[in-house]
Amino acid sequence: MTPLSDTTLLPADGPTAPPRANGELVFDAPWQTRIFGATVALCEAGRFEWPEFQQRLINAISAHEAAIDAETPGEGSDYDYWGCWLDAFRSLADAHGWAGAETLHDMEHELEARPVGHDH
Amino acid sequence: MSHDHDPRAIRTEALERLLVDQGLITSAAIDTIIERYETDVGPLNGARVVAKAWTDSEYRTRLLNDGTAAIAELAIGGAQGEKMVVVENTPDVHNVVVCTLCSCYPWPVLGLPPAWYKDPAYRSRIVREPRKVLGEFGLTLDDNIEIRVWDSSAEIRYLVLPERPESVIDDDEEALAELVTRDSMIGVARIDA
Repeated sequence: MTPLSDTTLLPADGPTAPPRANGELVFDAPWQTRIFGATVALCEAGRFEWPEFQQRLINAISAHEAAIDAETPGEGSDYDYWGCWLDAFRSLADAHGWAGAETLHDMEHELEARPVGHDH
Repeated sequence: MSHDHDPRAIRTEALERLLVDQGLITSAAIDTIIERYETDVGPLNGARVVAKAWTDSEYRTRLLNDGTAAIAELAIGGAQGEKMVVVENTPDVHNVVVCTLCSCYPWPVLGLPPAWYKDPAYRSRIVREPRKVLGEFGLTLDDNIEIRVWDSSAEIRYLVLPERPESVIDDDEEALAELVTRDSMIGVARIDA
């Protein structure tokens, strides 16, 4: 195969780096893996239909791209795909009453207040 | 920055905690999904489909007529593969797949999409200037080859059936499958053997 390399399409390294071979990791951080797994698990449990999440993801990506364009025209390096996914999931959880803004904020606050090294 | 202090990591953990506390999902179910997509589901599935189509012309016909059903014959299916359409490369036509709005991708046959597939640059430019973008992937196509760009819609997921390398004569499906790359099934590469 001819790997994508030395191109002007995308940066050579960093989060949007092109693949060098089949089967490279698609997640850059554990939270990305986790939010992906939670979304699919929740869908498979029949809690929502995928197109609903998909539309929220499209909206989040569209808003994110508009924000990036406003800040750095023509630059895609700050692109945060999994941040968009997380935003879409948060809005899904909010809309279904699973995690309203206040409830989520309280839980985040509780987790942040844990002592350093809590889970090591 | 440690991921412990990344607000996105905290948010993810908080969401999971809230969902689990309400009995909507279990952490074990999340673990199972992650393991499935990290170990079981990937481009090897698509490669098996392609290799079978190369060696069995009746299967190839079924695959092009009803991708979902033909792929299911190999016991491959699942989320994001409910409505599969397979598009065939020929000497005159080259197919390439994109999702212009987000990141739709046929998970059961290709696994999860690579970062560049989700990048705004690929998503917008492959539609506008496909020949140039494919050139940047290292794939130079003659001007007389028509390029068809397939935009994954709400339901349909596309898989490209690449051309079989002429130099490979043996019909050993397993050996053929090893030649088939993920990128060739997205349509940003061809298979040289």
